Amino acid sequence: MINSLFLISHSGDIFLEKHWKSVISRSVCDYFLEAKEKSGDPENVAPVLQTPHHYLISIYRGKLFFLSVTQTEVPPLFVIEFLHRVADTFQDYFGDCSEVVIKENTVTVYELLEEMLDNGFPLATESNVLKEMIRPPTILRSVVNTLTGGSNVGGTLPTGQLSNVPWRRAGVKYTNNEAYFDVIEEIDAILDKSGTTVFAEIQGVVEACVKLTGMPDLTLSFMNPRLLDDVSFHPCVRFKRWESERVLSFIPPDGNFRLMSYHVSSQNLVAIPVYVKQNISFLETGSCGRLDITIGPKQTMGKTVENLTVTIPMPKSVLSVNLTATQGTYTFDLTTKAVLWDVGKLNPQKLPNLRGSISIQTGAPKPEENPSINIDLKIQQLAISGLKVSRLDMYGEKYKPFKGVKYVTKAGKFQVRT
Amino acid sequence: MNGGFSSLRSEVAGAMRTVLVSAESLQLTLKPELTQEEQALTHATAGGKPRENLKAGNEDLKEMLESNKESLKLEAMKRIVQLISKGKNASDLFPAVVKNVASKNIELKKLVYVYLVRYAEEQQDLALLSISTFQRALKDPNQFIRASALRVLSSIRVPIIVPIMMLAIKEAASDLSPYVRKTSAHAIQKLYSLDADQKEHLIEVIEKLLKDKSTLVAGSVVVAFEEVCPDRIDLIHRNYRKLCNLLVDVEEWGQVVIINMLTRYARTQFTSPWKEDGIFDESEKAFYDSDSEEKQGQREAKPYIMDPDHRLLLRNTKPLLQSRNTAVVMAVAQLYWHLSPKHEVSIVTKSLVRLLRSHREVQYVVLQNIATMSIQRKGMFEPYMKSFYVRSTDATHIKTLKLEILTNLANEANISTILREFQTYVKSQDKAFAAATIQAIGRCATNISEVTDTCLNGLVLLLSNRDETVVAESVVVIKKLLQTQPTQHCDIIKHMAKLFDNITVPMARASILWLMGEYCERVPKIAPDVLRKMAKTFTSEEDIVKLQTVNLAAKLYLTNSKQTKLLTQYILNLGKYDQNYDIRDRTRFIRQLIVPSEKSGALNKYARRILLASKPAPVLESAFKGQLGQTPLPWTNEMDRDRFQLGTLSHSLNIKTTGYQELSDWPAAAPDPSVRNVEVIEPVQEWAPSLGKAKKPKSDDRFYSDDEEEKEKEGSGSGSEDSSSSSSGSSSSSSSSEESSSESEEESSEDSEKTSSDSGKSLSGSEASSSESESKQKKKRTKKAMPRKSKQTAAYSDSDENGNGPVGKTSSSSAESSSDSESDSDSDSDSPALQKKTVAKTKPKVEVKSKKEVSLLDLDDFSSAPPSAPKSSVFSSSLLSDLEGLSLSNVSSAMQVTSSPFGPVKTHELLHHMTGKGLSAKYHFPRQPCLYQPSMVAVQVILTNSSDHSLEEIHIGDRSPGSLNVHCFNSVERLEPGASVSVSMGIDFSDSTQAANFQLCTKEDQFSVSIQPAVGELLMPSTMKEPDFCSEQKKLMGMNETSATITMATANTSKQNISKQVLSVANVGVVSSDQNNLQRFAGRTVSSGALVLVTLELRESSTALLTINTEKTVMASMLLRDLKQALFQA
Repeated sequence: MINSLFLISHSGDIFLEKHWKSVISRSVCDYFLEAKEKSGDPENVAPVLQTPHHYLISIYRGKLFFLSVTQTEVPPLFVIEFLHRVADTFQDYFGDCSEVVIKENTVTVYELLEEMLDNGFPLATESNVLKEMIRPPTILRSVVNTLTGGSNVGGTLPTGQLSNVPWRRAGVKYTNNEAYFDVIEEIDAILDKSGTTVFAEIQGVVEACVKLTGMPDLTLSFMNPRLLDDVSFHPCVRFKRWESERVLSFIPPDGNFRLMSYHVSSQNLVAIPVYVKQNISFLETGSCGRLDITIGPKQTMGKTVENLTVTIPMPKSVLSVNLTATQGTYTFDLTTKAVLWDVGKLNPQKLPNLRGSISIQTGAPKPEENPSINIDLKIQQLAISGLKVSRLDMYGEKYKPFKGVKYVTKAGKFQVRT
Repeated sequence: MNGGFSSLRSEVAGAMRTVLVSAESLQLTLKPELTQEEQALTHATAGGKPRENLKAGNEDLKEMLESNKESLKLEAMKRIVQLISKGKNASDLFPAVVKNVASKNIELKKLVYVYLVRYAEEQQDLALLSISTFQRALKDPNQFIRASALRVLSSIRVPIIVPIMMLAIKEAASDLSPYVRKTSAHAIQKLYSLDADQKEHLIEVIEKLLKDKSTLVAGSVVVAFEEVCPDRIDLIHRNYRKLCNLLVDVEEWGQVVIINMLTRYARTQFTSPWKEDGIFDESEKAFYDSDSEEKQGQREAKPYIMDPDHRLLLRNTKPLLQSRNTAVVMAVAQLYWHLSPKHEVSIVTKSLVRLLRSHREVQYVVLQNIATMSIQRKGMFEPYMKSFYVRSTDATHIKTLKLEILTNLANEANISTILREFQTYVKSQDKAFAAATIQAIGRCATNISEVTDTCLNGLVLLLSNRDETVVAESVVVIKKLLQTQPTQHCDIIKHMAKLFDNITVPMARASILWLMGEYCERVPKIAPDVLRKMAKTFTSEEDIVKLQTVNLAAKLYLTNSKQTKLLTQYILNLGKYDQNYDIRDRTRFIRQLIVPSEKSGALNKYARRILLASKPAPVLESAFKGQLGQTPLPWTNEMDRDRFQLGTLSHSLNIKTTGYQELSDWPAAAPDPSVRNVEVIEPVQEWAPSLGKAKKPKSDDRFYSDDEEEKEKEGSGSGSEDSSSSSSGSSSSSSSSEESSSESEEESSEDSEKTSSDSGKSLSGSEASSSESESKQKKKRTKKAMPRKSKQTAAYSDSDENGNGPVGKTSSSSAESSSDSESDSDSDSDSPALQKKTVAKTKPKVEVKSKKEVSLLDLDDFSSAPPSAPKSSVFSSSLLSDLEGLSLSNVSSAMQVTSSPFGPVKTHELLHHMTGKGLSAKYHFPRQPCLYQPSMVAVQVILTNSSDHSLEEIHIGDRSPGSLNVHCFNSVERLEPGASVSVSMGIDFSDSTQAANFQLCTKEDQFSVSIQPAVGELLMPSTMKEPDFCSEQKKLMGMNETSATITMATANTSKQNISKQVLSVANVGVVSSDQNNLQRFAGRTVSSGALVLVTLELRESSTALLTINTEKTVMASMLLRDLKQALFQA
């Protein structure tokens, strides 16, 4: 399975290594660095590489490469999935998964990695279990530790490993018992030049934050579960119950977790919340071009569109842009040649507009294709598919928990072709 | 084993002694060494040598480690771990660190472990110092301490302690704590990699751990199995079913490993479900054909029966498609791809497409696998075509893969959509991607002849593109396309010749030159001119262009030597002295071939035929079949990627990786399936007759023999239309019942030992009372039949004891209870602990092999509501043959006494042959229990072809969702003129006389027909004794009673005539009575099972009081009216 793990920074600096079997020299990373050099963009590095004696499987997250080395056949997704779990765990522990943070917390990272794999096979990947063994660092605790000589490593060993609900730690106690669920939907869409939808679908997740005492058994039901086409669950959800009754029945992990993710069946029409009127043209002569973009609300179900941002990756030959925005601010990144327009709230009375000129390198040919426009937005209090949670029941415990559901719609991979 | 163990023990004792001795001596020598070093160092610092200064950093760490303060030690260890993490050498601190191995501080201890594991290999002697600490910890009462001691002990790669590790592993393998056992499974692999000679001993441990029933251990031990002895497939046999059943509860990483292992296992143990598919389809179509005896015979000779264990695996992995772990989903997908019958593979599609939403790396691997799948099975992914549309933000390798899949999916129907999409991609800023798109267009053009011209025109337009790569790629693709149909495309060739000067990419230039040469006769004026230009620039061209120039020259020389003789000679001379030996070789060869000389061989006269032979058009193949990631070169024909198991590293890299286990081909004949049987420890039924000697499975023997009998019957009865249809019905339901029972077998097999009436009683209140009382006096046959019904109803509407639940509910719960067992309902409501228990207890059991099994199993597994009725396994299949007998005589058991005077059943017209364009249909109610679902009313339909041509594919068309639940008859493949066939169907009227409307379709036409039942047909007879009748009647007084005084025709006054009339109207049973003037009939409604009691009290002369007691008041009044009429008439 996994022999070794190397963490490599964006610039190619190997700043952490960990071996679970015999030590593999870090020179093996040279093959990877070579491939990275060749592909230019870090996104373009092939996740699975082959070297004379080893196989390299890597992921790219938070400007970091997690590179694992293996010597024998292993399902590549197995490793990829695990590496993402590692990254998720770091995120969970340190609030961020970046080079600086990992360097600051090397010891905790090392302790975590030690617990997560044994001989290259995943041992404990549930964050609840890990947190019992190794406490996440907080400022208060580090102060206390230095004063008292205490440590971050749990004195008791995890009980979750052994129980039938390995995802939940035992003896959870809260004074305020609360359970929050966020229904977050993302619209993936491709719109063509004229604004017609080439492809659109809705993907959603239910993120939960459950802080309940004891061993609560929860049942979450939906008003319209038929909307959900393809679902995947946290292991705590009883699948049979979903099959027969279309309710989510589970003993929740403690804290934050993703309860389910779903896909809304393609029969349903997807409401597209905004429309884009755009005109990007490059002149045949004079090495310049024009840009004019207006955004307006389309199907927003009466809600306000917020956090609207527009990203336009310009062709490489573009030198600079000179634009004026009626609302929000725009920036032009010289290295990636991307125009980023942060619009903010969408005001239906006064539609935001961005217009101006683009200048191109002299002598460079007119760009063949107009850049596509990527849109990011957020609509609070709305699940665009119309999914609604009908009720949450709790069994197994006596107290009355505080319950809440929040709906958010976001743009996923929302692209307008021009 | 025992002998081995004791010898091992002595070995260990010996090793231990050496270890301890060496440790002692080390400790002794350690001290002075240290002090020496210290002295030297203190000296050095005093002397202030710069080289030593560098070491000073580690020196103060050593000091910190030797201090008495825990916090200092901890701080030092943290800094050391930081050094390790950066890959810096900290091995010189080993002696100082190893002393702290027994520290009380857990964090300190853990960090010491980290250090120890990292450097033990380098400092073997010193590492031995720590061993005794771990040995002590191995005996600790705390399981976690035991486990972590074993973990570290086994991670220390010091060969001398192998015997100690071996002993520790063996002991841990029988530890009470599953967590420790799991750790021992991990330790097995570590020991194996350290010393492969231990293999035999380790296999013993693996064998032992494989038997472990804990879900915690299962995954880890399979990993060990795969690493140590993947070829010992025989170890899996007895654990196969356990692994299948535990699978859902194993942690996700273990699931991946187990699924992959089981895939490999299944390929060696079961026969292929693939090749039989075709045969099966054919036989199904032929099934209802009246002259298909022959084919049926064939079918019996070659049945494909899926091994129940094979099915078990497929069924138990299916829920895992919903896992959040992408590796698990992929593992299940590959399992289905490699193991399931072809038509079931598509259930994985949706889940795979879902994975595309995941991280970029996941997308990459999943797309690779989809690409391979889509080459073989277009249909699987076609509905999700749009999910593969490329976004400009995708990484290049993702784009290429998506493009590949889109090309694979292209067919006549969707090509226009795909081409429109491709048009967008061609304009992409990513030029490599644009080039790949052009290739894809070329592939579409060759594969789908309808669009070849469109594509070609589009590509010609691209020739004027500004981008060089795009133009070059277009030229190359056009060249290939033109080869397929050169005649019409002179213009394109001319156009390309014009562009020639502007094209600089060698491959494109070479392609144009080749085209010129190949079709030089079509462009006689242009070709020599191109050659002239080439002669000028020959020396500065790329090799590939030069080769094609030589080619062009040779071809022109043969066709048009007058104009080009000199040019050719000039070029051949240039080529003769080229730097590249390929070109020199080619030139020499061409010269010999075309220029006649005295020495030139016999080939000269064939030169024309050699050079201008018509070339076969190239096949534009999926670039993905070859190596992906490199530039796709369609003409490099590499081995197909699909030789590898999907989802593996080998598949991803398209090379055979170390440790890749080849997936074997299906065996021609399945190895003995009985090896998977487990001895009866728990109350589990053995299904193989070979092991059926045990006391318990007695009932099973009956099961088997009866089923065979039934099969025979079916075979012999296939001649007559009627019996073939009815027997097929019963056989299908029998196999489905076996299927459904298989999971709950354990319980039901116990039940079957008890008397059947017992089980009826325990299951439902009022039902039981009736069935019980009745069973006492009736014959054996009825005795069995009735509890069956009661149990059925009980199973169907579990919440409703009276069996009066609404129909919708019954059917929905039927779906649940049919495919899943009791364990489901447990697991739903109870804690997972219980669930695990039941799962562990449930074992694969008896599945009777019926030849229709395949299709029925499918239905069970893949549609939420199986159309066939799941019967509880309480009654054996002998009952089914009984039922069969009943259906043949067209009377139900309860009516046997009374129905003899009852004449032929009334038939109704369903479709007149005038409206039906020759097809006529009649139906009647055979009044037998419906075999498809107990809540359905059986309807016999006789289809007659009164036209002069044969009718094909007579079947029931789609029904609107709101209509009644109808179980269709299997489509009648062909009906010859004048022939008629009788088919049976089931309709759930939900106890109302609402007509069932549906479409009767033939191949050409469809006719709307409707079946309206008389109220009496919605009943089924219920047999009860008079006292029971009276007590039931008392419960149904008041609102539930309807009565009327009726006048009867004089002919009807005799008791027999009355019952005859009543029975002709309603399907009820006679209740024997000793009162002369009272006649009683009892029945139940078919759908909800509500009692309907009819009492006829004879008054003077020809009047009588007719009373009907039932909850269904509407039915009562309708029945009353019908009866009144019947009795009045005659």
